[in-house]
Amino acid sequence: MIRIDAVTKRYPDGTVAVDRLSLEIPDRAITVLVGPSGCGKTTTLRMINRMVEPTEGSILLDGQDIRQQPVNTLRRSMGYVIQNAGLFPHRTILDNIATVPRLLGRSRRQARDRAAELMERVGLDTALAKRYPYQLSGGQQQRVGVARALAADPPVLLMDEPFSAVDPVVRKQLQDELLRIQEELGKTIVFVTHDIDEAIKLGTRVAVLRTGGRLAQYAPPAELLSAPADAFVEDFLGADRGIRRLSFFPSADLELQTAPLVRADADAGTLAARATAVPYLLVTDPDGRPLGWSEPGRLTAGAVDREQLLDYGRPFVPGTDSLRAALDGAVLSPTGWAVAVDGEGRAVGVVSQQVIGEAIRAAHGRVAERAGEAAGR
Amino acid sequence: MNGFFDLPSDLGQSWLGLVGLHLREALLPVLAGLLVSLPVAQLCVRFRWIYPPVLGIATVLYAIPSLAFFVVLIDYFGQSETTVMIPLALYSLVVLVPAIVDGVRSVPPETLAAAQAMGFGAVRRYFQVQLPLAVPAIIAGLRVATVSSISLVSVGMLIGNQGALGNMLYAAQTYGRPALAVNAVLTIGVLGMLADAALVLLRFLLTPWMPRKGAGR
Ligand SMILES: Nc1ncnc2c1ncn2[C@@H]1O[C@H](COP(=O)(O)OP(=O)(O)OP(=O)(O)O)[C@@H](O)[C@H]1O
Ligand SMILES: [Mg+2]
Repeated sequence: MIRIDAVTKRYPDGTVAVDRLSLEIPDRAITVLVGPSGCGKTTTLRMINRMVEPTEGSILLDGQDIRQQPVNTLRRSMGYVIQNAGLFPHRTILDNIATVPRLLGRSRRQARDRAAELMERVGLDTALAKRYPYQLSGGQQQRVGVARALAADPPVLLMDEPFSAVDPVVRKQLQDELLRIQEELGKTIVFVTHDIDEAIKLGTRVAVLRTGGRLAQYAPPAELLSAPADAFVEDFLGADRGIRRLSFFPSADLELQTAPLVRADADAGTLAARATAVPYLLVTDPDGRPLGWSEPGRLTAGAVDREQLLDYGRPFVPGTDSLRAALDGAVLSPTGWAVAVDGEGRAVGVVSQQVIGEAIRAAHGRVAERAGEAAGR
Repeated sequence: MNGFFDLPSDLGQSWLGLVGLHLREALLPVLAGLLVSLPVAQLCVRFRWIYPPVLGIATVLYAIPSLAFFVVLIDYFGQSETTVMIPLALYSLVVLVPAIVDGVRSVPPETLAAAQAMGFGAVRRYFQVQLPLAVPAIIAGLRVATVSSISLVSVGMLIGNQGALGNMLYAAQTYGRPALAVNAVLTIGVLGMLADAALVLLRFLLTPWMPRKGAGR
């Protein structure tokens, strides 16, 4: 555990970058520092590996003051990833990744073997090993940055806006990859970003800082969304906080209807029987994959015209996806019903906006109840 | 009739001998200049305030004519190669110090931050990160210093035939053989170009990490 204890940083020019900040950063979780530009995120991060020394207060790593060990020993035990990767332009990808193992005295051979292993772990083709950084895309460079930080297997990983210089598609890939790696390795990660969506997606806990380097709120993302501490946090979370909060509610409990599902090759009898029950039918192929919506009257047995079907929007996977995905599916569907599919993409049922709305209210109710219990205890 | 490469015997050297001498008199000062410039430039990077005065001193030295240096130095080193090479070494500083300072300063801040964060000490960071990355700028400086040094060696002829190929210019007058002057000028020009080409090749070999012109990314 990293304990930041009443830390203040005043730069020589008088700027107070961090003001009496106290945080407990749990092991094996991702703690995100988020806040507007200039609120002291980088300063806070750099105080953890002593690239910046606090003016007041102390930082404890597993109960021991970080000033008690030699500074370079401390730094080599903490991986560090920055925007634009900060790779050494004059070293090959492999040697960039091998840097810290080499500093720690590993042989060149061992360090390179380890580096090759890490390239695979972060999803880099080992054919890139002999290249130089200028020969890589921004996203690839960023992966190298992560691999380099992980090379000596440090327990702590400090990341300063590592993904903010790449396009949104690559950023999402890198975020997903980080979550996957974290699942496998369980590092203690401190992650700095100014992107609240990134904070909510990655953070086990999120610390919102305000300008002047003061802590505004420190909470798990779901709690941040449901109960922002003040107007600043609420404002920082943005307009669609209610919708985003749905990401934390599971869709597993939604009651699915199977009656509207018909196969494209259904006979006249089946069609007629279903027609009376619902306003729309979801036509599927023989494997059960959705094709589109249709009004029952427009369907003729054995001769379904796929061109005539209405788009079914984006399906969700109950249990895996959240209520947000389900609601999104329903909003996108021209019929107002969301399509639920299994892992293989076969339709398992449909659900109306109304039912999703009830599920949302129920979920809010459960959160409120739990909060009440917690308060009463 | 004398051949183009036959020299008067009082030059005391064959043509090839003069070429060798010329290269030594031109390149040793640049090498010495580089060895002095590296630590001086590092001090200028480390303590920003000393850079302007250092640059001022280098510029003033550059403005002093070699003859003035010779007058002083002859008292200590006589009419020797050393007397010729010391001013040349001092002249190279005006090019090399700023080249190295700019080269070291041009290392991207995030690269330095990364080195610091990974636990590089200052010395290791200098030799393993800053210096290699400054190589292109250093070699650019060396090219200018080398070519100008090769042409400046000739003035050594003024202090008793210490100008290597430059001595041929003097001989050309004494013996009324203008071909000797043409030879000297051409040879010095070719040496300059070859030395320059060698430095370009050296940079190419030392910096496989630089984007190559014409090569795709
Ligand atoms: N070396 C320094 N000297 C003086 N002031 C500094 C220094 N470094 C940062 N600051 C100031 O401290 C404050 C916090 O800076 P910091 O870099 O920690 O912000 P940040 O939250 O990381 O911002 P951003 O999102 O823009 O990266 C800013 O007002 C900044 O101008
Ligand atoms: Mg920052």
